[in-house]
Amino acid sequence: MTGDHTRHLPLEDLHQAAGARFGAFAGWSMPLTYPPGVMKEHLHTREHAGLFDISHMKLFEVSGPGATALLNRACPLDAGALDISQSKYTFFLNEAAGIIDDLIVTRLGDDRFMVVANAGNAVEDEKHLREISADFDARVEPLDRVFLAIQGPDAWAALARAGIETGSLLFMHGVEPRQNWFMSRSGYTGEDGFEIGLPEADARDLVASLLKDERGQWIGLAARDSLRLEAGLCLHGQDLTPEIDPVSAGLMWAIPKEIRAAGHFIGAGALRSIIGRGPSQKRAGLKPDGRQPVRAGAALIDGDGNPAGHVTSGGFGPSTGHPVAMGYVDTALARPGTKLFADVRGTKIPVDVASLPFTPHRYRKG
Amino acid sequence: MAKTYFTEDHEWLRVEGGVATVGITDYAQEQLGDLVFVELPEIGRKLAKGDPAVVVESVKAASDVYAPVDGEITEANASLSADPSLVNSAATGDGWLWKMKLANESQLDSLMDEAGYKAHIG
Repeated sequence: MTGDHTRHLPLEDLHQAAGARFGAFAGWSMPLTYPPGVMKEHLHTREHAGLFDISHMKLFEVSGPGATALLNRACPLDAGALDISQSKYTFFLNEAAGIIDDLIVTRLGDDRFMVVANAGNAVEDEKHLREISADFDARVEPLDRVFLAIQGPDAWAALARAGIETGSLLFMHGVEPRQNWFMSRSGYTGEDGFEIGLPEADARDLVASLLKDERGQWIGLAARDSLRLEAGLCLHGQDLTPEIDPVSAGLMWAIPKEIRAAGHFIGAGALRSIIGRGPSQKRAGLKPDGRQPVRAGAALIDGDGNPAGHVTSGGFGPSTGHPVAMGYVDTALARPGTKLFADVRGTKIPVDVASLPFTPHRYRKG
Repeated sequence: MAKTYFTEDHEWLRVEGGVATVGITDYAQEQLGDLVFVELPEIGRKLAKGDPAVVVESVKAASDVYAPVDGEITEANASLSADPSLVNSAATGDGWLWKMKLANESQLDSLMDEAGYKAHIG
């Protein structure tokens, strides 16, 4: 999906009117920044609230008597153990336990689930789910929705002013507040916030209402990336790939213990053997010394000049006020405080292995 | 009197007494977004036209700025080490990048004047 096949957001006209600068991402033409610029957009989200158009992401409804069993096969998940409205961060794994995509699954009813998948993997994800669903009495339905995120400490208040009550909804829960709406308390910034999938006409009304308030501000993909990086959250395609397993990625908290031991998900055998032998590299936070950013692709070396890993995401953290990065580091060197070097255009920049996140999460857990 | 030239790569040069002060244009800084780091060149480095001279880094990406003409670096804008955002706020003033002694002043003839540059960016 490149070139002539670039896809456009349903609300593109609103972004144009707001003065967005567009760029290509995962086959979509996306707003990268608005006139305030990435720095101000980022800080506005952390201090107040920001509005993001994330309609490039895909919502799938999985339903039917076999829906739970289908998801238990597709993901390292105990879908039946989820309460109604409970969400869970999980993955599609391949047979080698590599991460095909990372997702959020929310239980909507006894036999009904919402799956939120990444833009770049939506086609692959649908194909994958449909192939598996042949063995189960379940339906996989991609939904045609605008998908908005409202993120930041004032997100709930902004929604309240727009007539949407969020009071009882806690972090990692999702509900259907109106017909064809899906609203979850979740996000990709480390802040409290919401993600709302809804029909285009409703989305236009909601956006108008949110932007009527002078504190309402669109936030582009550039700030979305710096926010998630400070929050230590992974971007699939960079920090997670089909060659990386959840053990190396430090994401085993997403897989319940009994599922690790006895689950029948795709990739279970491979995952168990990786757990048994331990990963050769681990995902780690990286804090460069000084102000020069260290970016994806930079090689990491140890104090003796030996290869030590590589950077998968890197940039500048507007809230931290210094460069931030993450990457994969040889397990023996992955402890926070370890001193490494990143090769940036031939210059060796000192970096410290750092614990993630760089900015503390501020989720509303109850 | 100083004369200002522009390149197709969105750089400006203010030339006085055989020395050019070089920076990027307002259009270029807008395209790059908020700058967080400028990798300045060494004094005395000899550059040929088209050689990468400086790296400017935004939150999101690193971009090269190329030598618009042949010459030798005589000064780098040290205030950018403390405040790289000067390039955003004053691209054609305090946000200059480096000064270079021109090796071949006839190269200036192929550059644009301000009116030409404005037409170039439309």
